[in-house]
Amino acid sequence: MEAYLDNSATTPLCKTAKEKMVDSIENIWGNPSSLHEKGIEADLLLKQARMCLAQNLSCTEKEVFFTSGGTEGNNLAVFGAAHAHKRKGSRVITSAVEHPSVQKAFDRLEAEGFEVIRIPTDKKGFIDLSELESAVNDKTILISIMAVNNEVGTIQPIEELSKIVKRKSSPALIHVDAVQAFGKIPLTPKKWGIDLMTVSSHKIHGPKGTGALFVKEGTKLSPVAAGGGQEKDIRPGTEPMPAIAGFYGAMQELRIKESLTKVTELRDYLVGELNKRDFVTINSPENALPYIVNLSLNGLRSETVLNLLSDMEIYVSSGSACSKGHKSPVLTAMGLEDALIDSSLRVSLSRFTNKEQLDYFLKGIDTAVKVIRKK
Amino acid sequence: MKEVLLIKNGEIALKGLNRSTFEDILVKNIKRRLLDSVGKFTFTKSQSTIIAEANEEDIDFEAAVETLKKVFGIAAFSRAVVCDKDIDEIKRVALEYLGDDLRSIRTFKVNAKRSDKKFPMTSPEICREVGAHLLRSIPSLKVDVHNPDIIVTVEVRDKNVFIHGNQIKGAGGMPVGSAGRVALLVSGGIDSPVAGWMMSKRGLQLNAIHFAAPPYTSKRAEMKVRDLVSIVAKYSGRINFAVVNFTEIQEAIKEHCPEELFTIIMRRLMMKISVRLAERDNCGALVTGESLGQVASQTLGALACTDAAVNMPVFRPCIGMDKDEIITISRAIGAFETSILPYEDCCTVFTPKHPRTRPTLKLIEEAESAFDFSEMIDRAIENVKYEFVD
Repeated sequence: MEAYLDNSATTPLCKTAKEKMVDSIENIWGNPSSLHEKGIEADLLLKQARMCLAQNLSCTEKEVFFTSGGTEGNNLAVFGAAHAHKRKGSRVITSAVEHPSVQKAFDRLEAEGFEVIRIPTDKKGFIDLSELESAVNDKTILISIMAVNNEVGTIQPIEELSKIVKRKSSPALIHVDAVQAFGKIPLTPKKWGIDLMTVSSHKIHGPKGTGALFVKEGTKLSPVAAGGGQEKDIRPGTEPMPAIAGFYGAMQELRIKESLTKVTELRDYLVGELNKRDFVTINSPENALPYIVNLSLNGLRSETVLNLLSDMEIYVSSGSACSKGHKSPVLTAMGLEDALIDSSLRVSLSRFTNKEQLDYFLKGIDTAVKVIRKK
Repeated sequence: MKEVLLIKNGEIALKGLNRSTFEDILVKNIKRRLLDSVGKFTFTKSQSTIIAEANEEDIDFEAAVETLKKVFGIAAFSRAVVCDKDIDEIKRVALEYLGDDLRSIRTFKVNAKRSDKKFPMTSPEICREVGAHLLRSIPSLKVDVHNPDIIVTVEVRDKNVFIHGNQIKGAGGMPVGSAGRVALLVSGGIDSPVAGWMMSKRGLQLNAIHFAAPPYTSKRAEMKVRDLVSIVAKYSGRINFAVVNFTEIQEAIKEHCPEELFTIIMRRLMMKISVRLAERDNCGALVTGESLGQVASQTLGALACTDAAVNMPVFRPCIGMDKDEIITISRAIGAFETSILPYEDCCTVFTPKHPRTRPTLKLIEEAESAFDFSEMIDRAIENVKYEFVD
């Protein structure tokens, strides 16, 4: 039996995505910018994909820009916004638990001379809204906070954050890295009052190599790349049609509410079973996104457990802890003890996960504990 | 224009009667490495120079130069053009072959070597003629006989003339295979690939031995070690790579021996296994990356205990080097980026909190005798996995 429980790293391709990709490779392979018939049919497919994404984000098609994925989307948002608005001020705000593609982008902004403020989180990974409120001022030009944390699943209070920014009448643009949230909870950037939002295809059973950035109409952004006018020159480059077709297919298969109900049941079952074991500590907050469960197996190094599970064809992530390597910055920022960080595992589910796989995972950790404790 | 490679061997030139044996090994090594990377060459020896001529046209000389930089036993080499023995021809070819290089720098000088004394001009005459021609043709150029950017060398030999620019520094050392074979203990860190490279530089052929402890160590860790071995093999040639499963032994040490002696006992058992593999595979010594005082198992006392476990020379070329110095070599040979990838290796699993830094042999031997490891050692040796790494 195989149990792939690392869906926050990437997901397997779903059926519709694969069919759309094959169709694009075989039939609709034109360049959407070409004037002839081959180009027109590719452009049509691109338009459909864009419309589908706009519907998913409750925004207009004009506000959707295809990118190569999460990292590019986050970079484009952070650099694009900071560089376009640097005349209005130099303060930029992010959190201590962002994905590296946001964190390191802010590190670069700092090196360029921007004043970077990193909002701390509490033990469950929630950003401190009062800290944020005091940090936002009329010289703040960008705030970038993720919707769902990739390691523990904490859902950040984006709507509240947005209200605070509006209340303080700051000119700041709000960017949300929604890579882990997209397709799992409804995303309504316009209703929330945010300006930029990143999504990615391969976390929702689409192919790797594509994603998109939501840019609220009228938002000024400095493009990172220069090129031939595609995506209104915000992200030029010939559109990778097979990948976008696959992304489109993956979005067509999404049933957010249905999947959320199913995954919540699975998560509740898993956490219930884990809580019966005295050697397990759950690190994710109770109201986290049910797709992600971060746990620690007390006293067992995660890399060892990961190797043992891998031999049993059970695939999870370690909290990037290792005696030689770097401790997970997210868990560190949450203030977890070293022993818990060193033994942390991330189990991430998808709508294709079933109870048998979770039982097999539970059997796997029981075996691992026995094997290692025996020694 | 026909190009050749002029290769100067280093230390070999100092050898006495067996010099030609060393040279033959060097030529064999160069031939094989060039064949693997760019194509077939033919070699002729002339005084202290080995001349390599390509057998095919369209040989990628840039790639050949990169290959030669990694062959031990070469002190320096030049990429040269072949030209007829006629002064007008020499002037024309020198300008054509080196013109682009000379236009991009400021100062030069010409250096002539005339081993064919029948050539009608003397070396100073050749220098003057060629120098004047280059100066006239490239107005931006100046002569600097003391510290030129480029030395244009004209070598007048029996059959042809060779013209080349600056010499390229070789890897130095002795040709691999001229000094015998040793077994390198490789962990996945920074030091052991450097140690292997250093000993290979002295003409030794390498075998490599790695201790893996699945599931404590992962497949990725093993892949990383293989990558490191492959980086060293770019210099040393093909390496016979052995992976020993050490899990059972490590667990037994943990169960039966005192925690503070854990690392030293582990090192001793690794050495015992390595010696047996080394003997079986015709290796005359072991090589480790140990550096004095770097960690608890590398203190003088600890090394004495480790050495006492074996009756074979143990070479530790990094012993007197600082970490910075080791890292400099690691970067230079292209191993550093791989070495620092973060995976557990079997030395970091079960690391004691307070390892003993001044153990005595008596204490260690007593602790070791608490358990009979011989059966497990036999089993580990029986189950070794071998693989050739290029």
